[in-house]
Amino acid sequence: MKRRSFCKTLALSAALLAAGAGCLGAGAADKVVKVGVLHSLSGTMAISETVLKDVALMTFDEINAKGGVMGYKIEATVVDPASNWPLFAEKARGLLTQDKVAVVFGCWTSVSRKSVLPVFEELNGLLFYPVQYEGEELSKNVFYTGAAPNQQAIPAVEYLMSKEGGGAKRWVLLGTDYVYPRTTNKILRAFLKSKGVADKDIDEKYTPFGHSDYQTIVADIKKFAAGGKTAVVSTINGDSNVPFYKELGNQGLKATDVPVVAFSVGEEELRGVDTKPLVGHLAAWNYFMSLKNPVNDAWKKQWTAYAKAKKLPGADKPLTNDPMEATYIGIHMWKQAVEKAKSFDADKVIAAMAGQSFAAPDGFTIKMDEKNHHLHKPVFIGEVKADGQFNVVWKTKGPIRAQPWSPFIAGNDKKKDEPETAAPAAAAPKK
Amino acid sequence: MIRRIFLSAAFAFTSFLFTSLAHALDPATVAKLISGESDDQVAAVAALVASGDERAIVLLQALSDGNVQVAGRQVLIVKGDAAVNAMTGARVSPLPGGLEDVGVNNRLRRELESGIAALQLISSDRATRLAAIKELGANANDAMLPLVSKALAKETDPDIKAQLEMIAAAMELKGGTKESRIAALKKLAASNNPNTKTLLLGVLEKGAEADEDVRRTAETSLRSVEGRLAWASRAGLLFSGISLGSILLLAALGLAITYGLMGVINMAHGELIMIGAYTTYVVQNLFRAYAPGAFDWYLALAVPASFAVAGAVGMVLERSVIRWLYGRPLETLLATWGISLMLIQGVRTLFGAQNVQVENPAFMSGGIEIFTGVVFPYSRIVIIAFAATVLVGMAVLLNRTRLGLFVRAVTQNRKMAACVGVRTARVDTWAFGLGSGLAGLAGCALSQIGNVGPDLGQSYIVDSFLVVVFGGVGQLVGTVYAALGLGLANKLLESWAGAVLAKIAVLVFIVIFIQKKPSGLFALKGRAVES
Repeated sequence: MKRRSFCKTLALSAALLAAGAGCLGAGAADKVVKVGVLHSLSGTMAISETVLKDVALMTFDEINAKGGVMGYKIEATVVDPASNWPLFAEKARGLLTQDKVAVVFGCWTSVSRKSVLPVFEELNGLLFYPVQYEGEELSKNVFYTGAAPNQQAIPAVEYLMSKEGGGAKRWVLLGTDYVYPRTTNKILRAFLKSKGVADKDIDEKYTPFGHSDYQTIVADIKKFAAGGKTAVVSTINGDSNVPFYKELGNQGLKATDVPVVAFSVGEEELRGVDTKPLVGHLAAWNYFMSLKNPVNDAWKKQWTAYAKAKKLPGADKPLTNDPMEATYIGIHMWKQAVEKAKSFDADKVIAAMAGQSFAAPDGFTIKMDEKNHHLHKPVFIGEVKADGQFNVVWKTKGPIRAQPWSPFIAGNDKKKDEPETAAPAAAAPKK
Repeated sequence: MIRRIFLSAAFAFTSFLFTSLAHALDPATVAKLISGESDDQVAAVAALVASGDERAIVLLQALSDGNVQVAGRQVLIVKGDAAVNAMTGARVSPLPGGLEDVGVNNRLRRELESGIAALQLISSDRATRLAAIKELGANANDAMLPLVSKALAKETDPDIKAQLEMIAAAMELKGGTKESRIAALKKLAASNNPNTKTLLLGVLEKGAEADEDVRRTAETSLRSVEGRLAWASRAGLLFSGISLGSILLLAALGLAITYGLMGVINMAHGELIMIGAYTTYVVQNLFRAYAPGAFDWYLALAVPASFAVAGAVGMVLERSVIRWLYGRPLETLLATWGISLMLIQGVRTLFGAQNVQVENPAFMSGGIEIFTGVVFPYSRIVIIAFAATVLVGMAVLLNRTRLGLFVRAVTQNRKMAACVGVRTARVDTWAFGLGSGLAGLAGCALSQIGNVGPDLGQSYIVDSFLVVVFGGVGQLVGTVYAALGLGLANKLLESWAGAVLAKIAVLVFIVIFIQKKPSGLFALKGRAVES
């Protein structure tokens, strides 16, 4: 084929495609919608967040292969905020104002979400946040596809209190020193008190981000555990988990004596750890890779194929986890909402998100709440197995509704279970 | 005829096997164990333990190891490709389809472990018995008392017998007459096990014990147990302080040469540590790819390799950049800081931004139990020993070799050294290479306990400077004292005020200290001090 005729064919087919778009969508000339991915690809949180970027890209590919969103091809803009909280806000502003993305999928730590929140509210952007968090927040511009405390932390603690979970009487609340662990532990302390646990039986401990020497902490846990049946609730985030779990193993703190339940440790975080000494320690999530259902099997296969094709680090042992699932659900729900609203406009998409449902890899058809911007999710508690996977030992019968305002924090009973409406929202977030 | 005899013998043997097994494992109990509710499972474990059967141990052990699978009603113990029927002990091959794992939760695992331990109390192997006693601790339940008594009657080893008596005493505490309980409490006073404290606290709980005499005895015993435990925890604290000190020492030793002796404010020191850690990672990968059998020994090559690579990088830096900047501290600081950013970015481009995994050799995981409940991890012990070796090596190098003599001469009086024919420029290069190589060694050690990522050095550069400045610039002895002192202070404060406050407190202390004593712990005195 000669070059000129080739060009002609190309132009012709482009014209045809554009015509097709005119029928399907709003008649845009180029068939591309830009979306942002805002996850740390370096620094202390890279261990957890890098795969979320990859799974987002995989989902975009999947949607594009099936014709895109309303016929628009998704084009991802990936930025690296480098585990640096102020940089999150800067990058978010760049995505919204320069790249003009329709939606952003991103953040892991609550401190990064708090940092970008004013930006999204000011510019009326749209953020999908895929990680379990402490609640106490409800923004019109954010959809929370991870768990609220009543969908993760509270059921986990209740399980450890039960006869089945070991009947723990004393509690070590151990976390990284920032907003998520501090708020979660505040809620848990109030919850434990409501169950009759005295203050002297609760030990709250914090370590800085990136802390790597857990010798004294593990020794202290042992000492505390001599005072009665003890369980540890860990809200340690990022790569500190590796030295923490190594130390647990080396010091021989076994799950049968002192179980550790973690809220930020999944399959991916345990990748570099020898899990044999950790058998029986727990994690509470809304999804585990080991769940057996057809949707999950297909999703795992899709991820494995994608990781192999893209030669991702760790493709020799592809792992899925809860925030990856939440990212996947979030992207699909956004697509459905856009198609329902027939527009990429943030306000219209936000309105269309209410009540969206999606058959998720956790085995249930997950629903976005009509009001509170959170998903209804099932809760699973799993014990670490020798191969680094989780054995589900407890689960809810079905998805449960999120309570972003925990009833265990005073004053929350007066807060509304939906974002403030437009008028106050514009004034509120400027700090 | 012969054939018939053989056949009947075989038949007799198999029937013997079957009859002996039929009364060994009750299928109903096993079914309850495998698929019952968790209360049933616990009861089934107790029943199997009470039966005291050999095959019960095998099944319980397999269950606890996660090797039991079911196919329909068949219960199999599967190891790799081989499978054995749990009830009959017969080999099953090929593996039936549709095998499902039998999940075990913590509650069942706890019952399994103490059950197995109780059954192993009468094992003929001394080590097995000791391990079983340790496992049983104060977790033994009343149903095991007959097994413990039986073991106690048989036991001849005085050491094990004493520990068994402790366990028996803990059991008698729950039942028995007032006298027997008081006797048991008195015995327990000699225990050094944290579980005993839990047990005694249980006795002292409100409403748990009505008898005043028993309570008083329990209090006395509790005090003596707590006293012993306090010593154990102090030993643990001391160890973790020394361990942190040894890490600080390793990180700072190289800087003690480049900054302390040569006066180069080397902001890229942390990145030289990081390069050492990445070299270890590369060596590990080479071993995994080409000599998986010798994987446990990769550190033997990683140590010299990380020294050589970091040292070489350091020498190149000295030749190309730093030597033009001697005597200009501000420019050196800026230049080395720029180099550090380049090194970080270089590593990030080469190896990716994510942390890489450095696996410990098998002999470095686990630990040695000094007292009950106080474990010194092997990895930490190895690093303390390594730091000591490096320190001795460096002392010998500086004080006993020609290079050391030159380095000391040049740092004390450069002009005079040059006059007597020392080639000072070359000595500078070698000394800088030595300091960088030591940083590489630190990286190799750090890779065994922490995360290895491009930012690794950033978290150690501040600590390294603190140690060198605190110890007194130009003083190697000072560096040693400062590293150990800061390590211990950090750990003591951490157990008292938490990790975040401890870090702040140490920094505040150093700021005040340096203001009072600007030249550090060990100030240089005499004519050698340059103005």
